[in-house]
Amino acid sequence: MTLNLEPNIADPDGFYDELLQAHEGLSKSESDALNARLILVLCNHIGDRDVLRNALTAARKG
Amino acid sequence: MVDVRYDIAFKLYPYEKVAAQEATAQRHPVVIVGGGPIGMACALDLGRKGTPVLVLDDHEGVGQGSRAICFAKRTLEIADRLGAGDAMVDKGVQWNVGKVFHGPDRVFEFNLQPEPGHKRPAFINLQQPYFEKFLVDAVRDAQAQGAPIEIRGQNAVTAMERHGDFVTLEIDTPDGPYTLEADWLVACDGARSPIRDMMGLSFDGRVFEDNFLIADVKMTADFPTERWFWFEPPFKDSGQSALLHKQPDDIWRIDFQLGWDIDREKELDPANVRARVDAMLGDGVDYELEWTSIYTFQCRRMKEFRHGNVIFAGDSAHQVSPFGARGANSGIQDTDNLAWKLDLVIKGLAPDSLLDSYSAERAHGADENILNSSRATDFLTPKSETSKIFRNAVLYLARQHAFARPLVNSGRLSVPCVYDDMPLNGVDAPGLPEGTRPGASCMDAPLDEGFLLDRLPGKFMIMAINTEAPKITEVDGVPVGTLSLRTESHDPTGALVKRYLGETEKALYLIRPDQHIAARWTRSTAQGVRAALLRAIGKGALQ
Repeated sequence: MTLNLEPNIADPDGFYDELLQAHEGLSKSESDALNARLILVLCNHIGDRDVLRNALTAARKG
Repeated sequence: MVDVRYDIAFKLYPYEKVAAQEATAQRHPVVIVGGGPIGMACALDLGRKGTPVLVLDDHEGVGQGSRAICFAKRTLEIADRLGAGDAMVDKGVQWNVGKVFHGPDRVFEFNLQPEPGHKRPAFINLQQPYFEKFLVDAVRDAQAQGAPIEIRGQNAVTAMERHGDFVTLEIDTPDGPYTLEADWLVACDGARSPIRDMMGLSFDGRVFEDNFLIADVKMTADFPTERWFWFEPPFKDSGQSALLHKQPDDIWRIDFQLGWDIDREKELDPANVRARVDAMLGDGVDYELEWTSIYTFQCRRMKEFRHGNVIFAGDSAHQVSPFGARGANSGIQDTDNLAWKLDLVIKGLAPDSLLDSYSAERAHGADENILNSSRATDFLTPKSETSKIFRNAVLYLARQHAFARPLVNSGRLSVPCVYDDMPLNGVDAPGLPEGTRPGASCMDAPLDEGFLLDRLPGKFMIMAINTEAPKITEVDGVPVGTLSLRTESHDPTGALVKRYLGETEKALYLIRPDQHIAARWTRSTAQGVRAALLRAIGKGALQ
């Protein structure tokens, strides 16, 4: 499996909205905690270490 | 005069004046400096092989304080080979259940039910003084059977000088100083190794800025025999983490992580220790403080564990955090690796260069231990705001979701190191199980009578499973034993097949004296065994 960096999310505006809504009403530290939990849940779902490593690299490059 | 640095739990080798103190310097084949667990195991191993060994210790017995309490299966297997395993396991506490808490909430519980088909449990809890005493008891048994081991208590090394092929040691005793010489010096003199300092050798690594308070308490309270670990414990002033763990004799190990900027003396005041323990155990629990200590730790190792005829083993060579029980356990694996090599070199059966492989193999083991223990420490004491956010996210998710539990790291318990890709390893045969590849230590298995590891007694062994063993009793003077097994009659549980054959019908293993696998084949080959053995003693080129 390779890291997919092409558009892959249906209804991108709807997804983005849901992402922001999940943080609605949270303090900065609560949001930070939510983000960390979300990252861990998603990383586990992906599982593949090469994909995860490539994702970390892609994220760091910005 | 010899300084008293600590109190003695068991006086096992009282000072006695020996004639050598009045004579000109006598030469010894091997002198071990330091009579702790590593020094004693090394002396026992060498002495049982018939190599004369002298242990110098600056005290008269085993120091007080539980210190190392968790001894792993591999250590017990090595102790079995040295004749001390039964006493340790009989006295030790076995446990399987661990509970992890975050604040007041239980995050999850695990059960480390040992894999069946091993003589020894995954680990036992046992105070270090007992562990050391049982080794000294085994030394006394070995001496009674003629093993050339001598222990001199209250003999403190004050200076050493290296000459070409021997060293001179200045030794202080209650009757004044004397001098002796050693062909080989094994420094088992601990993390602050005076020998290492005398030689000006570096000991670099990472310092962890944290203090841990140990309180061993004696109580008959009705806590279960489980390992309880708290992240951010809810009890007053308990620091960043806490541990409760049972030892023999109704002793419980309690560990509090106090942080970096503390007043040691104040924290060790029994009234303050009791306040912390009271808050943890709750009201009305009656206990005595047995032993308290504050420790800090570092993760570091020497670049080389061998410097000519001076060899370092245990904490003198490497130091890790206590999480994962990798200190004493790895030191015992050091001597397991070293003793047979040093014995063969002293007997002229192997080249001196064989000892370089000790440094290579055990430095590899130390790196693995340092890596594991640094990772555990980073989880326990997050070093940045972000790492703390992730740590707490893992603990939060672990309550609900199984996937997060393997990420919780309160110390990964010591498992034996595999000497992958090391120069002594011989050929491997495709299709055989990965767990018993060359470089790995043998996995135990129940046989029709007893256990496999008890049949591998500390010399080179050919193990032939369902095939003819080549008729070899020595290679270049190095003795070789044979163990011939047929799975239809010797493997009542199938563990031997699973661990040593896999899908294959038959196999031939060459096993080193430390029970690590040197090479293996799926057919009988005398030529292969000879070549692999020569390679395993540092004489061979690649086959």
